[in-house]
Amino acid sequence: MKKIGVLALQGAFIEHEKMLEKLGASCVELRNKEDLKQDLDGLVLPGGESTVQGKLLKELEMDQELKERIENGTPVLGTCAGMILLASDIENQSQQYFGTIPMCVKRNAYGRQLGSFHTTDHVKGIGEVPMTFIRAPYVDYVGEGVKVLAEVEGKIVGVQYKKQLAFAFHPELDNDKAIHQKFLELI
Amino acid sequence: MTERYELNKELAQMLKGGVIMDVTTPEQAEIAQEAGACAVMALERIPADIRAAGGVSRMSDPKMIKGIQEAVSIPVMAKCRIGHFAEAQVLEAIEIDYIDESEVLSPADDVYHINKRNFKVPFVCGAKDLGEALRRINEGASMIRTKGEPGTGDIVQAVRHMRKMNHEIAELKSMREDELFEAAKQLRVPYDLVVYVHENGKLPVVNFAAGGVATPADAALMMQLGAEGVFVGSGIFKSGNPKKRASAIVQAVTNYTDAKRIAKLSEDLGEAMVGINEQEIELLMAERGK
Repeated sequence: MKKIGVLALQGAFIEHEKMLEKLGASCVELRNKEDLKQDLDGLVLPGGESTVQGKLLKELEMDQELKERIENGTPVLGTCAGMILLASDIENQSQQYFGTIPMCVKRNAYGRQLGSFHTTDHVKGIGEVPMTFIRAPYVDYVGEGVKVLAEVEGKIVGVQYKKQLAFAFHPELDNDKAIHQKFLELI
Repeated sequence: MTERYELNKELAQMLKGGVIMDVTTPEQAEIAQEAGACAVMALERIPADIRAAGGVSRMSDPKMIKGIQEAVSIPVMAKCRIGHFAEAQVLEAIEIDYIDESEVLSPADDVYHINKRNFKVPFVCGAKDLGEALRRINEGASMIRTKGEPGTGDIVQAVRHMRKMNHEIAELKSMREDELFEAAKQLRVPYDLVVYVHENGKLPVVNFAAGGVATPADAALMMQLGAEGVFVGSGIFKSGNPKKRASAIVQAVTNYTDAKRIAKLSEDLGEAMVGINEQEIELLMAERGK
């Protein structure tokens, strides 16, 4: 059985766990350094507030270890805040978090909560997927080697770089399991 | 349910496991964000000061709220008076991320709450028990918090409200289906919401703890009692070292069962807010709006 570490510092991590368990994976919650002392087949960085998660990653001394695992090829799925954690550049912010995908993201790119929306659009290699954007970011531009998987109204909202998947929307909130399935196939 | 309502409930899901902090200035908002707040509540006076000042308390100056919106990237919430839908319209007009129809302010209507279904922005409302929670949800609230007793630094009422709600949820869950009609009548809420709680063993929206949280251990207590996150009002900026305390409470919420860590987090936090005991309170804000 595939064992997935779900970052559980803040945000909608339980939703990811439910989804992955339905697909036959087992999940462990990562809340502190001690939780990282185990083998993990994949990592999930959930939605929530990236400023909170980023700060806790550092304070709880989890950032370096996780970054190394991602760089060493552990497959990772980041959604919304998770996408921001993976980006090498964040607009209007000098500091980045893991920075393992060469791309620049824009925080709250659709504005405040009134700008949140739901749509259905195409994801390369998967097909039509329901997409829920909550105060979401989008990708301004990507670096070399980054594959654009999804665009909504001309904005990049899904990418793959090596074994890292990042989406600006929340596949964990809709009933469609295709994106989680694709993630598990990377393992 | 409309798509907008779903999106609003989903924003609350993103706040889970986080701490929402009361702030009165852009500077405080920045401190809160740096300390790890998942959202801030913009208000002119924190509950402890509202309590001390007395008189009528109202929605904050929109200009002050806008200043806070510009200062941080996390969601910004603001309070309007119970039943004051015109204040809520103003908050919606400045694109607030969440409106708290709050008993902390003086109620504008002693019978009717705001019809929150008429709004595009989400609402959070306080509740002392399951009946209140489901009535607010029926009116369109997309997030619930315990009322606790704001501005006291005393956790006893938040605990009471959370335990009461949990108890009533467990009771509904264990009922036979044919008992649910009577339960809906007793709770004074729609049958459909009762069925939801019976089937799922939880509220249909996210439920935070609020009112009286002052220490990391308070926050951990509420999380262990089943809160999905906490609001901290006066507890932070009425204490000796707001930044350190705020940061400690954020970590305590993430690792709420890790007593060793919470012990460490509770060291040298400086003075906690003085607080008022339940028996010493003249004004029970939790009794506003049922």
